Amino acid sequence: MKTALLGVVLWLIAAPLVGGLLAGADRILSARLQGRVGPPLLQPFYDALKLWDKRGGVVNRFQNFYMVAFFAFVLASGAIFFAGGDLLLVIFALTLAGVMLALGAWSTHSPYSHVGAEREILQMMAYEPMLLLAAVGMYLAGRSFHVNALASSGIPLVLQLPGVFLGFLLILTIKLRKSPFDLSASHHAHQELVRGITTEYSGRSLALFEIAHWYENVLLLGFVWLFFAFNPALGVAAALAVYFLEVVVDNAYARLTWKVTVRAAWIAAAILGATNLAVVKLLLR
Amino acid sequence: METPLKAQHLVIFLLLFPLGPALLLAAVRGAGFRRLLVGAGAAATAAASVALAAVLPSGETLWIAFASPFADQAVIVGEIVVTLFLLAACRRIRRREAWIPVVIAAQGLLLGWAEFGRDLPPVATPLYVDPFSALMAAIIGIVGGLIALYSPGYMADHHRRHPEEKDRRRGFFFLIFLFLSAMFGVVFANHLLWLYFFWEITTLCSFLMIGYTGTEEATRNAFRALGMNALGGLAFALAIVLAGTSSSAPTLEFARVAAPGAALLPAALLAFAGLTKSAQLPFSSWLLGAMVAPTPVSALLHSSTMVKAGVFVVVKLAPALHGTRTGFLLALVGGTTFLAAALLAVTQSHAKRVLAWSTVSNLGLIVACAGVGTPETLWAAAMLILFHAVAKALLFLGVGAIEHRVGSRDIEDMGGLIATRPRLAIAMIVGILGMFLAPFGMLISKWACLKALADHNLLLAVLLAFGSGPTLFFWTKWLGKLISVPSGARASDDVVGDERLALSVLVLLTAGACGLFPLAAAWFVDPWILGLFGAPLALLTRSNLLIMAAMLGMLVILPAISFLQPREPRRVPPYLAGANAGGDAFTGALGATHAVSLRNYYLADFFEENAIVRTATGLALLLTVGMLALA
Amino acid sequence: MAFFKKSPWLLHYDASSCNGCDIEVLACLTPIYDVERFGIVNTGNPKHADILLITGAVNVQNEEIVRNLYGQMPDPKVVVAAGACAMSGGVFQDSYNVLGGIDKVIPVDVYVPGCAVRPEAIIDGVVQSLAILERKAAELKRRGGSGEPEKPS
Ligand code: SF4
Repeated sequence: MKTALLGVVLWLIAAPLVGGLLAGADRILSARLQGRVGPPLLQPFYDALKLWDKRGGVVNRFQNFYMVAFFAFVLASGAIFFAGGDLLLVIFALTLAGVMLALGAWSTHSPYSHVGAEREILQMMAYEPMLLLAAVGMYLAGRSFHVNALASSGIPLVLQLPGVFLGFLLILTIKLRKSPFDLSASHHAHQELVRGITTEYSGRSLALFEIAHWYENVLLLGFVWLFFAFNPALGVAAALAVYFLEVVVDNAYARLTWKVTVRAAWIAAAILGATNLAVVKLLLR
Repeated sequence: METPLKAQHLVIFLLLFPLGPALLLAAVRGAGFRRLLVGAGAAATAAASVALAAVLPSGETLWIAFASPFADQAVIVGEIVVTLFLLAACRRIRRREAWIPVVIAAQGLLLGWAEFGRDLPPVATPLYVDPFSALMAAIIGIVGGLIALYSPGYMADHHRRHPEEKDRRRGFFFLIFLFLSAMFGVVFANHLLWLYFFWEITTLCSFLMIGYTGTEEATRNAFRALGMNALGGLAFALAIVLAGTSSSAPTLEFARVAAPGAALLPAALLAFAGLTKSAQLPFSSWLLGAMVAPTPVSALLHSSTMVKAGVFVVVKLAPALHGTRTGFLLALVGGTTFLAAALLAVTQSHAKRVLAWSTVSNLGLIVACAGVGTPETLWAAAMLILFHAVAKALLFLGVGAIEHRVGSRDIEDMGGLIATRPRLAIAMIVGILGMFLAPFGMLISKWACLKALADHNLLLAVLLAFGSGPTLFFWTKWLGKLISVPSGARASDDVVGDERLALSVLVLLTAGACGLFPLAAAWFVDPWILGLFGAPLALLTRSNLLIMAAMLGMLVILPAISFLQPREPRRVPPYLAGANAGGDAFTGALGATHAVSLRNYYLADFFEENAIVRTATGLALLLTVGMLALA
Repeated sequence: MAFFKKSPWLLHYDASSCNGCDIEVLACLTPIYDVERFGIVNTGNPKHADILLITGAVNVQNEEIVRNLYGQMPDPKVVVAAGACAMSGGVFQDSYNVLGGIDKVIPVDVYVPGCAVRPEAIIDGVVQSLAILERKAAELKRRGGSGEPEKPS
């Protein structure tokens, strides 16, 4: 109980700091890959603090509720995870958060937000199977759906679930909103979507989105860590390595269409995920 | 065991009482009196079903002896009448449908042989009630009652809109109440012949109701439904012949008491009948066709109750099927249906068709749970039945009310409903949330299922994972449509009268089912599982319940917080590349003004409807045949 | 402490430029000038922007658009007119359809001369505007944000 509480408190306080730093590192690394110097490491924090001071506007009075709900459910999802709770509940809470974000974009009745919302749930449809299969895979290999049991079991999940891990990396690109799968809220503006799902948000609600995204990134890296939890230090190293791999991929690829995205994620889930599960089930149990 | 007087009486009351209003309604013409009768009948039925749930001793199965030979004879006469009526109705068939009367006649002959040609021991307790039956009865009583209550207003409006149709409302209301009675029969019958009788009555009601409007399309769809259900009936009749031998009476108990091998074939046949009734692939097409019926019919027969009869029986058979290859294939039929129907729902913009496919999909999940047949999956199946019945009834009635206000059943025409008709929109939103979203109904069951399936049936776990993506997609985009607020949207005529009452109660029920599902679990489902397996099931640990409660609480509290904002933020019109022309319009090329029009994605060229239907139907057919062959 | 100075997000609008200035604006993003060093991001969305950077003169076709974009930007905000055309209409000022500089339509905070305007000058103009942005932010805070100088269009 105590460690669970500690996990939640750490998540609430440290995750945005880590997430913000990672986002800053991402921007510097991206700039270096493009032959530029890039912004300071703390730039994401400057951005969020600035947005907090802006006088945001709204299209209608409902839209900010959805953003607050998105933020709250991302926090709840991570809280369950870092309290050592049920992986499936973590995924469901994260799904609920995603739905809230999309609904906020819908509520504005803005063409750019609308396309962003449609694509957001397309992305969710794409990654949901693999995400659930990853949880099932961890259960099969680690005998539990609970994060704390999985983490303390000492079982090298990644060795038993290499296919699931690869599939997870693929959908991680979608979840981190990175190219080639950054369909719904492209981080690089001046594209057909403007800013997709966040187009109609400004000021504090936009800051909330940015901060929630940091939280989300840390949570997702927590999933990566869980694959390597038998050696916590290795897990942290692996999570960081995965993050920087995603940044490189982001810079190396142009955006693909939603059809390719859905297909890629589903094929990965069906081949890498399901096959791996079957092997684990047949050989290891 | 001594039967407490009260529960027994309530069971018989529920069986017979609806026939009273049914007969009266068949005679009454006046609208006012009809409304009164429907209201009183629905209220009494609902009250009795709740009372039954209350007086049933926790966790026990009551066997109700019914010594009168008159009852058996009445059932036999009833069966003959139903068969003859259906055969007579077949005079309107087309050449392609010529097989339908053949199947019905075969059914009748088989049954005649079972009843008269063989010497079956008498059934001492033709009726029974256990916690699961009581839960079903409460669903039928309350949800069915509310739908009945909603119907007079809807039908009056329906006939105002379609003056060309013949007014057959007396028959309509007769059938509604006859149907309620038959549904109670299905959930309380232990005697297989009785169960079959009630089963056939639901088929009959469905057939007549689908054909209600009398159009050519309605007639053809009615016959399709009849044909497919008759196939199920034939399987049912065969099962009776096989289950009842000179030593064992034909009761539903065979699934639990007979030697595993002996029970398998009749169980598989009954499961087949269940598949047809609950519109699983390859038999789903009749349910889609049934959507031509008036909306209360869709709500009552084709989503909340009748199709549940199919899964109800399949769930009851679970003990006989558990761990067999037949059960495995049955579960796969359900899993395939779950995935395929969810994909198909994505491609539809017609609200009733979306609801129909989602019903098929959900029932598929229930069948899958029953096929696996572990305590966890049966728990999930029972909860799914509960959540689905309440939420789906709410959604159907909501769509019906929208149809009469907006004049369309197309989801694309429901944009901005939250602004124009907030009450109706909230009813729809609650229904949709109850259907799929954490921490609500589907979620609890999906969660319980995934846990059990990971251990018992990995293939199904994969199907479940894949199906949940499209499920999320089609519900969310509908939700998005409802809550989008076009600028300048003004509130207008909202729900009124009986419609409002029925919708409000259903909203409360759905919310209540979501908030208080642990009570439903503790009251009905857990005792039933305990009785069935002899071991308690600790699915809902306290910490998980706490988490779910917290999530639910957040959903309730967050809107409140966001309305407490100190300062109303500045209103800015949506970004339209700088070319806003007032409201949701923008200035386009050559200075022309265009209104913004937004359509949801239906991915019709990605998920090709015909290809999915063909593939999934073929696959399901193979699986179904395999299921019977392996039994 | 306010962070407007450290995180200026800008919206670039081409009013009716000859494209000469726009090329130079884009040049600012390239490795040679790399304005992201200062936290400058080219947002492409008025609702996310702090600085409206306009090139080219205002004409009768885009007058409303300039007003609209400016109106959609959340406060505090500044406008930078980059290039001779944006300042006064430049070589196009006698055209039948040109109204003149940006300040004919919306208040301009910084004027950056040049034809075409040089990237160094653009960066300098933006940095100049940041001081104004901070001042406006401080003022807005003092007023409690109740006052809304501009009506949304
Ligand atoms: S200032 Fe010169 S380069 Fe810039 S838009 Fe005007 S004419 Fe073109």
